[in-house]
Amino acid sequence: MMQKAIKRIYMSIVFLFLYAPIIVLIVFSFNKSKSRGQWGGFTFDWYIDLFKDRQIREALYFTILIAVISTLVSTIVGTIAALGISNMTKLGRTIVLNINSLPVLNPDIVTGVALMTLFISMRIELGFVTMLIAHIVFSIPYVILAVLPKLRQMNKHTAEAALDLGATPAYAMRKVIIPEIMPGIISGALIAFTLSIDDFVISFFTAGTSATNLSILIYSMAKRGVKPTINALSTLMFLVVLILMIIINKKNDKGEDIII
Amino acid sequence: MQRRGRGRIAYPYTVWMAIFIVIPLFLILFYSFTEGDIHNIKDLKFSLNSYKKVLEPIYLKVIGNSFVLASISTLICLIIGYPVAMIIANTDVKYRNLLLMLFIVPIWMNFLLRTYAWMSLLSPNGLVNRFLLWVGLPKLEIMPGKGAVLLGMVYNFLPFMILPIYTVLSKIDKHVIEAANDLGGNSVITFMRVILPLSIPGIVSGITMVFLPAVSTFVISGLLGGGKTPLIGDLIEQQFLSSRNWHFGSSLSIILMVMILISMAVMSRIDNSPEEEGRKI
Repeated sequence: MMQKAIKRIYMSIVFLFLYAPIIVLIVFSFNKSKSRGQWGGFTFDWYIDLFKDRQIREALYFTILIAVISTLVSTIVGTIAALGISNMTKLGRTIVLNINSLPVLNPDIVTGVALMTLFISMRIELGFVTMLIAHIVFSIPYVILAVLPKLRQMNKHTAEAALDLGATPAYAMRKVIIPEIMPGIISGALIAFTLSIDDFVISFFTAGTSATNLSILIYSMAKRGVKPTINALSTLMFLVVLILMIIINKKNDKGEDIII
Repeated sequence: MQRRGRGRIAYPYTVWMAIFIVIPLFLILFYSFTEGDIHNIKDLKFSLNSYKKVLEPIYLKVIGNSFVLASISTLICLIIGYPVAMIIANTDVKYRNLLLMLFIVPIWMNFLLRTYAWMSLLSPNGLVNRFLLWVGLPKLEIMPGKGAVLLGMVYNFLPFMILPIYTVLSKIDKHVIEAANDLGGNSVITFMRVILPLSIPGIVSGITMVFLPAVSTFVISGLLGGGKTPLIGDLIEQQFLSSRNWHFGSSLSIILMVMILISMAVMSRIDNSPEEEGRKI
């Protein structure tokens, strides 16, 4: 009994620690007073300000645009690469997979400065395009790592049977292989999307001054000083992600692995 | 043989990897061993000066600070996280997923926003201090400073410690634990000799997943440390963005990578069981 109570108290403290900042952000997004400690009454002003703010709208636009394009590109390229890698010789596969895992293992800051160095050395001006390329660079490895296990699990004879029965390679690919590895492709795409939406460090180094995503904007706002619109923005972003994830996990409930 | 030919469809990606993964890292290596005007390749010459600069006391202190703060925060995460993982693993299956979700949800909020939230919570007139004042305790003045940076690290990376440990713990065969009990092991002995050794793969990946981002962060120290406790990440950021000393920045990046490689090698030594177990993103 005693032990159970201790466990409960312990878990409550950890949860309080994890959720306190989030709750505070949400509560203060409705606070009339600009000060961080004082409650000055309920208001929706910060949300209205948020939608009037051109900077925030632009950053949101870039964030979503980059996430969508980089997810599409990296999912397609990553899946094709995974198909190729699974058919490589052992040596080739080891080399490719080791290089592929570099962006996953390297700290983001190193990936960020390395790409920035590359772009500047090649005299490519930093901006939207370089940020997009950077996002594709760090997303593809995750897609490959998500698709490869599914390819390994797949029964190789099914595809061969399809070919023997007269299917063209393209047809076998579309009708047999792709459906078989679809769960891997989908989880790869989801990982790529969330990584892109959430990325700060790599974007920070590759975006230059002409393009800004939400993370970069939040960082500069937080450094400059407190603005209650950030609270409103965080609340909205949190709710959107929360709803998205609940939908994804509901769909995945039927036996598929959870995506974090 | 015909299958081998299909490996060719990976070639475009191999080229892509060479351009965007291999060359950039070689560039960093190259700049770290040279000096001169970065925009004029002819002007660059071999030099170890930027590595010598790393050895200056001020910078050694920064590197030491990063290592110490990341290690302490990893240790704190382990101490807080292990019991949590155990409690979740022993919870009724019905509530287990709910509990897990509750730990994952905070990660979904943007990393910067979570850190920013602590900025306002810990500020001199923030809620934490108001609460302490109300209870009659002395003010907590850790922000900006090391204490706040540590707190930020623990806060942001704690779930990454809990999840891999939980995954491993939940896979332990309950019969093994029962057997240990039947053979006369009390709960302490069972934990020390059965559960803990079996959960080492989870601990190892938890430690890597916390230490790695903690040692290379510049956001947490930038926002919560207020420039008072620069970490190696802050130095690298400065060298590339404001001081424009790519050579020094590059050698710092190489040092950071070597530090991480060494710690990962040490960790995989400890974890002699096959990889991938419990390792999830």
